[in-house]
Amino acid sequence: MFVARSIAADHKDLIHDVSFDFHGRRMATCSSDQSVKVRAEPGSKRDLARPATHSGSVWRVTWAHPEFGQVLASCSFDRTAAVWEEIVGESNDKLRGQSHWVKRTTLVDSRTSVTDVKFAPKHMGLMLATCSADGIVRIYEAPDVMNLSQWSLQHEISCKLSCSCISWNPSSSRAHAPMIAVGSDDSSPNAMAKVQIFEYNENTRKYAKAETLLTVTDPVHDIAFAPNLGRSFHILAIATKDVRIFTLKPVRKELTSSGGPTKFEIHIVAQFDNHNSQVWRVSWNITGTVLASSGDDGCVRLWKANYMDNWKCTGILKGNGSPVNGSSQQGNSNPSVGSNIPSLQNSLNGSSAGR
Amino acid sequence: MTNTGASASATVPRWIPGVNSQKKQMCFDWGPGEMLVCETSFNKKEKSEMVAGCPFIHIIRKDIDVYSKILRKLFNESHGIFVGLQRIEEELTGKSRKAQLVRVSKNYRSVIRACMEEMHQFAVADKDSAIGRQFSSQVSILSAVELIWNLCEILFIEVAPAGPLLLYLLDWVRLHVCEVDSLSADVLGSENPSKHESFWNLVTTLVLQGRLDEARQMLSKEADSNPTSAGMCRVLGDLMRTMPILSPGNTQTLTELELRWQHWHEECERHLQDGTFASNPHLESLCKVLLGDDAALLEHKELLSNWYHFLVTRLLYSQPTVKPMDLHLYAQSSLDLFLGGESSPEPLDNILMAAFEFDIHQVIKECSIALSNWWFVAHLTDLLDHCKLLQSHNLYFGSNMREFLLLEYASGLFAHHSLWQLGVDYCDHCPELGRVSLELHIERIPLTTEQKALKVLRVCEQRQMTEQVRSICKVLAMKAVRNNRLGSALSWSIRAKDAAFATLVSDRFLRDYCERGCFSDLDLIDNLGPAMMLSDRLTFLGKYREFHRLYGEKCFVDAASLLLSLMTSQIAPRSFWMTLLTDALPLLEQKQVIFSAEQTYELLRCLEDLTSGRPLCGEPDAQQLQDDDIETTKVEILRLALARNLARSIIKEGSLEGS
Repeated sequence: MFVARSIAADHKDLIHDVSFDFHGRRMATCSSDQSVKVRAEPGSKRDLARPATHSGSVWRVTWAHPEFGQVLASCSFDRTAAVWEEIVGESNDKLRGQSHWVKRTTLVDSRTSVTDVKFAPKHMGLMLATCSADGIVRIYEAPDVMNLSQWSLQHEISCKLSCSCISWNPSSSRAHAPMIAVGSDDSSPNAMAKVQIFEYNENTRKYAKAETLLTVTDPVHDIAFAPNLGRSFHILAIATKDVRIFTLKPVRKELTSSGGPTKFEIHIVAQFDNHNSQVWRVSWNITGTVLASSGDDGCVRLWKANYMDNWKCTGILKGNGSPVNGSSQQGNSNPSVGSNIPSLQNSLNGSSAGR
Repeated sequence: MTNTGASASATVPRWIPGVNSQKKQMCFDWGPGEMLVCETSFNKKEKSEMVAGCPFIHIIRKDIDVYSKILRKLFNESHGIFVGLQRIEEELTGKSRKAQLVRVSKNYRSVIRACMEEMHQFAVADKDSAIGRQFSSQVSILSAVELIWNLCEILFIEVAPAGPLLLYLLDWVRLHVCEVDSLSADVLGSENPSKHESFWNLVTTLVLQGRLDEARQMLSKEADSNPTSAGMCRVLGDLMRTMPILSPGNTQTLTELELRWQHWHEECERHLQDGTFASNPHLESLCKVLLGDDAALLEHKELLSNWYHFLVTRLLYSQPTVKPMDLHLYAQSSLDLFLGGESSPEPLDNILMAAFEFDIHQVIKECSIALSNWWFVAHLTDLLDHCKLLQSHNLYFGSNMREFLLLEYASGLFAHHSLWQLGVDYCDHCPELGRVSLELHIERIPLTTEQKALKVLRVCEQRQMTEQVRSICKVLAMKAVRNNRLGSALSWSIRAKDAAFATLVSDRFLRDYCERGCFSDLDLIDNLGPAMMLSDRLTFLGKYREFHRLYGEKCFVDAASLLLSLMTSQIAPRSFWMTLLTDALPLLEQKQVIFSAEQTYELLRCLEDLTSGRPLCGEPDAQQLQDDDIETTKVEILRLALARNLARSIIKEGSLEGS
């Protein structure tokens, strides 16, 4: 069914985030030990990277699209977000072929802990957004892709509530303007707008609020737009006291109102409380067909819609605390072409019931 | 309509080693084919505990079947059958189309069997190890798959009518309950077959499978060695011989067959009532079997080994002309009788039952649940779709379901370093969602070698996926630039038709030249051809290199004209003009006059242009003064050289030939 193998992460303290690069070849992790580390498969060209460091716990780490080279961004309790670039040693010196990571820029505009950092879809250029506990989402751009030390703050969006997470809409269709969703984990009862969606307006050249999901009233810990498989509407997953999946269908703009942001028809298509506790992370697979969620119950759950658009849990990952031995471990190695339910194989050995 | 979570009992957790889910949680990230999971703690964000916990990154790979060497053959061969099926002529209708679809189905099944065979070899060779056991269970599962597929072929594709239906089902059972062959060899190989301990088991099994000729042969051996039962054996043998059965090519109608069968059945009944076989319990039991007596059949549960064998035997001896539509009734009762309330049906039983009920969607649904790999349901559904069966069931999502399953299967293939190419074809044959699915997957394929990159690009170019071509080339170009492989970077930029990046790389080349005095990757620059037009800077690079070549070949006049045109046509960047003018010096210093008077005037003009455009900025520092000094010297040298050349060229042009 599945095989798990383990690689030492090499952090001295709690790990907060883990991120796969675009091709699934390298892994970045960040930790309370204030560092960001990059690992590759053992046995392949290993990254003996000097760790990248902040001066506080690092909450999130994310990769840029490889069109921009090998670039990482991280955000930290130390109120900064940073952009890192991998430098390959010059071919005429001793460090030939070896690489190390260099901090290209530190974004210091936030006055509080920076809680999330995400790169924008690649068709928007090299752009990233950060959000902070001070309730402000900041969007930065690097106009020259070959010079990553120059980033300019393009937008500051005030959300009025402490922000915990952001998600860019990955849709690159020209029919959709750039969109970013922001989640808030503000626990005060007056704080109503826990999920806000902002859209870029070509005319005003600013981001304006398009929607607020009023039905979400509990603190939101994570938020994720699904990759768009040619759909005309958007799908948004939210990690709050349960897992929720919304669809947003753009309402056809009247010919007259060209100024305002798009209006959306919002429907909730699924709500799962299987974690039975706070849900902290949600993330879509690369085709947007499976949603994974992680909760306080210590499980990671996988959700999938079948061809009739019915959502169901199709898998659970859970830690059993057993020791990890070395670098490779067989987890639950059920036979291949395998059966979820081993009895399928039993009922074949001529031993169906009867015996 | 909101979906609430399905019952959690439907899924069994997979265990991640080292993570303590009692006290901690997990953070994760998706990759193209795998998932990363790490232990973390979401709640205690402010204080760090200095407790590393489980400092491992776990990489979870879901579609492991893709990595099995033997299954790979299955995937490759079935891919060939799949593609062939898509190309079947639409015009073929009726019988010929059906025959072709049946052939496709049989091809799939033979591929499954071949795979099973190979796996079986490995299982036997490695009997005692965990791997051997794993192979064993894989063989079992493939066997189940083939069993189901075979039944679907009989019921849905062959669409066997009453009469032939039973014959197909008999074949089906014989193919899958095959211990009888080894048993037969055992018994016949012994000295006195009829005294062998398994003799009667063998005879009974043969009768249960409708292999009456072979059974009769066995009976004759018994008759030979045991004269007292010879008479009874003969009678039973006759009954077996005369059982009416539909044979292929037989022209009798079903009604005729039924009539004759009824008479035969009554004759058997008479013998039983008369006690013909009373003195030999074995023979009497066999007679009851021939009569289709349920109780007698169930006495041989061990030999039947499963309920569907029981079903087919029942039908053979009580309802040989069963209609397809009535199958499910007998199936249900057979299952109930066989299980006898002692146990409940298992997944395989449910799948077969759904097939007997002609509920295709239920079959597909149950298979999707029971099997972890999408291979089987994807290919079977696709075949059934070609039989136009999914639409005829009046469900609007018929074609969506086919695509859904095929794309699920294809997704798994893309994770593999070479099977991804098969995935491309599956996407190609999904008209609605295939292309966008391919677009998402193909960009993620890691381009570990140049060869692989070229393959991927070819796939994209063949399908006019221009954005993917651009993106992939850009990624490769960027990687090359970072590793200082400028030639590679340039060729990828050209393939991406990325003018901006081509300009950037060309600038690097030129900078390199200024620093080192020579070009790298000459081959590439010399053979740019029409690609040179992509960007001005690239054109300049190509032409500048051409200048150097002409100079090297001593075609001084051509070189000189080219050099001049680079400046006058504005292709050369301003910053490079000084270098170009400096390049002109050796040509000006030659014994023969190379630049004409007019060309010299042009050069002077360019020089003036360059020097007059220099801005005077504030207080110059020491370095700047030094640089200015060098600049001024250069300019002076150039002015002198140009002046001399002007003089010489005027004289040359003014003189008569030969003087």
